Amino acid sequence: MTNLEKYNQIFIDIFDVKEEELGDNFTKAEVEDWDSVRQMNILSQFEETFDVILDPEDMMTFKSYNAGKKILAKNNIAL
Amino acid sequence: MTEIGGIIKGENMLDIRKTCSACGNRIALLSDSGEAKTYEELVTFADGFAAAVPSHSLVFILAENSFGAVMGYVACLLHECVPLLLNSATEASQLRHLCEVYTPSYIWLPDVNSSIGDSYTAIFKASGYTLLQTGYKPFDLHSDLALLLSTSGSTGSPKLVRLSRQNVHSNAESIAQYLQITAEERPITSLPLYYSFGLSVINSHLLRGATILLTKYSVSDSEFWQFAREQHATSLSGVPYTWQMLKQLRFMRMQTPDLRTLTQAGGKLSPELAKEYIDWAAANGKRFYVMYGQTEATARMSYLPWDVAAEKPGSIGVAIPNGRFELRDMDGIAISEPDKQGELVYYGPNVSMGYAQKSEDLLLGDCNNGCLHTGDIAMLDSDGDYYIVGRMKRFLKIFGLRIGLDEVERLILSHFDTDCYCCGTDEKLHVKVTNPDVAGQIPLFLEQQIHLFRQYIQISVVEKILRNEVGKVIAQ
Repeated sequence: MTNLEKYNQIFIDIFDVKEEELGDNFTKAEVEDWDSVRQMNILSQFEETFDVILDPEDMMTFKSYNAGKKILAKNNIAL
Repeated sequence: MTEIGGIIKGENMLDIRKTCSACGNRIALLSDSGEAKTYEELVTFADGFAAAVPSHSLVFILAENSFGAVMGYVACLLHECVPLLLNSATEASQLRHLCEVYTPSYIWLPDVNSSIGDSYTAIFKASGYTLLQTGYKPFDLHSDLALLLSTSGSTGSPKLVRLSRQNVHSNAESIAQYLQITAEERPITSLPLYYSFGLSVINSHLLRGATILLTKYSVSDSEFWQFAREQHATSLSGVPYTWQMLKQLRFMRMQTPDLRTLTQAGGKLSPELAKEYIDWAAANGKRFYVMYGQTEATARMSYLPWDVAAEKPGSIGVAIPNGRFELRDMDGIAISEPDKQGELVYYGPNVSMGYAQKSEDLLLGDCNNGCLHTGDIAMLDSDGDYYIVGRMKRFLKIFGLRIGLDEVERLILSHFDTDCYCCGTDEKLHVKVTNPDVAGQIPLFLEQQIHLFRQYIQISVVEKILRNEVGKVIAQ
């Protein structure tokens, strides 16, 4: 699996969505289920899957599918 | 009337008129958008609200952590209306059901939700909230009744806890005493208002004339911390999940010089994590309080004094001021020696009047007489501190959500063609079903019904749920 596939799979599992739904509009504001429980769960999955330790400030700005990519990029994970 | 810390308190809890006479232009509420409301403004608002709502009315409040919700709540208490506080995200069908069961004359809800009551008439608007008149005829409520809270918070069950004016007042007073709350405090809301623990933070601070920082953001949002820093929040309260999340966010490394008081209740924090927080707090000039309570006792029943906490992580400490505990063995006889397990029974003026299941129950008087069987199994150490070791009743507490296993079973049985049995821990709900065809649908169904994230629901398919002749499940 590529990093992008792994990245998408985390969202697919946690939000029970199809890959097509992921994109620019997949944000905390748009996705009803996006609460702190899921937010923290995804972040744990990022750390586990990509073997990184995320910065708390970054964790708190993680409010969209795209933002997650930027956070991982900062940690040298290319998607 | 007695005078405490320059603020006069009266018989009637949250009689903000009295707080007002001592410090009317003090700020009561601050919002994360920078607006403020003084104690005087709360009283003025309450008078306007009362002009629209006759006293002794039943009012549903769809409560967000915002001005509108808190001001409506305070107005109800001041003018002896009886509010039921509900999650503003309550599903329309559940809300309709509650309305049919309790026939409230009014609903106070965020403007954005006001379409819920298309058939109702909007009669008053303020601070982003709308008052709807339902057309249900007013009916008699017991004269001591002050407030209604839901026990489940999640399953949409119509079972409510009936709280009296004395319950609300005495519990706020006890909490203000042991946490040494003064008018200088600035708690930030990290829990919902409709949750007894979250509400107790509001009540105990309004009682002392403090300034409450209201936000809808979660501790996992940077906006929350920006608000906390800018407005110098002095205290933070959380359920075990809040403190787990804060650990993940490396809270202990954040710069939080203004935060002095940290409290935890709403379920058991692991002793290891409790110890970590207790030690860190002590080394950083903060106080970490582990506490214990139930909505049936308004909110709080015990606290672990912060200065002995380091030696006793895992303990719930001692009963709050004006309350006391008793342990009872299987035969109902009081246990006085340490290290023996028994049911934890609580006595105090904050023990609720009882439950309500239907509107007629709102006329009932006090059914508990100040004594609450907590359903928790506890023991005592030789210093007189209590430890919870188990639970008699069948419910789990996940993320501070109380999940009644019988209710979950009923939900599943009524929607699917399967037998089922629920069990689990405070970490995970475990559902056993006999029909493999429906197993896959259950996690999503339960998530919608009880708002527990699927990942915390484990499903297994079993051949048969073993029951005895009266239908009771045996040894799983």
